[in-house]
Amino acid sequence: MTRKISILIVDDEESVRDSLYSWFIEDCYRVECAENAKVALSMLESETFDIILADIKMPGMDGLEMLRRIKAIRKESIVIVMTAFATVDTAVQALKDGAFDYVTKPFDPDDLSHLIRNAAKLISLSDENEQLKEKVVMLENVEDLIGRSAAIRQVLHQVESVAQSNSSVIITGESGTGKELIAKAIHSNSPRKFFPLVSVHCGALTESLLESELFGHEKGAFTGAMYHRKGRFEMADSGTIFLDEIATISTKMQIELLRVLETKRFVRVGGNKEITSDFRVICATNKDLKNMVENGTFREDLFYRLNVVNIHIPPLRERTEDIPLLVEYFIKKYCTSMNKPPLPIDQAALRRLEELSFPGNVRELENMVERAIVIGSGKKIQLKDLPVEKTLIENPAESLDDHEKNHICQILVKYDWNISRTAKALKVDRVTLYNKIKKYDLRRTEEK
Amino acid sequence: MNQQHITLISFGYFRKDLLEVVAGEVKNQYSMPVFFREGHLDLSDFYDPARRQYNGNMLLKHLNTEIASDHAKTLGLFSVDLFIPILTYIFGQAALNGRTGIASLYRLSNERYGMDPDDKLLLERFTKEVIHELGHTFGLVHCSIPSCVMRSSTYVEDIDQKEQNLCLHCREAMVK
Repeated sequence: MTRKISILIVDDEESVRDSLYSWFIEDCYRVECAENAKVALSMLESETFDIILADIKMPGMDGLEMLRRIKAIRKESIVIVMTAFATVDTAVQALKDGAFDYVTKPFDPDDLSHLIRNAAKLISLSDENEQLKEKVVMLENVEDLIGRSAAIRQVLHQVESVAQSNSSVIITGESGTGKELIAKAIHSNSPRKFFPLVSVHCGALTESLLESELFGHEKGAFTGAMYHRKGRFEMADSGTIFLDEIATISTKMQIELLRVLETKRFVRVGGNKEITSDFRVICATNKDLKNMVENGTFREDLFYRLNVVNIHIPPLRERTEDIPLLVEYFIKKYCTSMNKPPLPIDQAALRRLEELSFPGNVRELENMVERAIVIGSGKKIQLKDLPVEKTLIENPAESLDDHEKNHICQILVKYDWNISRTAKALKVDRVTLYNKIKKYDLRRTEEK
Repeated sequence: MNQQHITLISFGYFRKDLLEVVAGEVKNQYSMPVFFREGHLDLSDFYDPARRQYNGNMLLKHLNTEIASDHAKTLGLFSVDLFIPILTYIFGQAALNGRTGIASLYRLSNERYGMDPDDKLLLERFTKEVIHELGHTFGLVHCSIPSCVMRSSTYVEDIDQKEQNLCLHCREAMVK
């Protein structure tokens, strides 16, 4: 038994509750009692019990109805129903409704011990299964790392060298270059590969949410914290934690993070128990952290703690020789997932792709290929199937509006939908650009 | 008698030599003075005619409120069949970290299970049961070590599997 099993006894007879309470407390279980189904259900709203031992005949709601409600709230609850008036029908009904077992009062002490031991064994196996699942789900392969350019070969060489160590790594590179893939590659080739790789997208969370996400929280730590929750650092025990968009975290979180990285100890939000976790840190950012340190927006001590090894991924425009391989890979990937035979790509289309600047990098290329496979009608991917060329080559615009729409679309793609940069390039203000996007119903390729 | 001690009170007939041996072993285990005396109680008040057994919860409660003192761990020794409402029988029970407990030798004799009488085995079982229930009054919970006297026993063969000593872990827990 790895943790203290909790038992809730629900019976309207005080002597039964007291007897069972004394019996289980001597066996070192955590025990609570409820005198009727209503009280029990209200207790179950605020806390979880592993085993619920419930009488069938109770005033008000009977044990069978309570069993159905408990199962509706938490399917995995182990409910053992007990009654002094055994009938085959009620026993069958209880088991059909999901009861773990059915016992007739009074029980033989040995039967009760066996029953609870079996339930505890099931709980222990279920806990173990959950932990293993968490670990297995995180195990990833790195087949998406494609390229033969000198730049990408250098990155892969760095991955290989750094994987075996325990050093912190910062991965830098523009948006869409595959920073998370590199983090996965480092983890998958490290001695920690059989333990979880836990990813946290720091930029997507507010400061308080990030704190709770990283450190976990205790029940009642804040409004809505109904149950305690493990944090990402705790989940990454023996494995790796990947902190994406590290440059976005607040100064307060930078201090917290530095302390955790130095001690590998932390306390859940609203808790006081210190938790130790053995994890490796990999961070990623598309910002210039060194510059942020100079500006005073990123702590220098944290920067040096994280920047033991720096892996920089070059943008796609600096390794255009990888484009044919990447295109071939994405065609195979999407055709397989759509149950289509792999489509060849027209040489003209491929040449055009090699000429593009790809501000959105590999992610943009991937989206283009996927779109071409989805909407392309032929047995080959052609120039007209690629979104950048469609309006220019096959459907020459006739109206002024069409020209404007196409031009805005191209500039948006060029600047990866960065509104400020696109507006600046078009020499209009941001509000005008937003109005045009709305007018022409323009959307990013991946949102379509 | 303000010093912490253990009092064993027999209700009903017990052989004196059996009680002396039990008291001696209890003293060895808990290293404190052990006294024993006869108690007088009308057990019919605790008899449940439907079950033809004696209510252990009621006996424990009576012992706790009417007989026990703050300076002693008091254990009532019985020779009748005990039950609690939810269980078909009990060998004994005690208040965890409390001051009272009860133990019965009724279900400990070989004759109850169709075997030849064995006084030595009966004495061993009863001694273990008394030490076990007293352990609960000292705050000890069931122990997972097979040889420890605090190991849970739901049938007599379980009792025979364990020894009459507290394991090191339980001794340490008692000291704390």
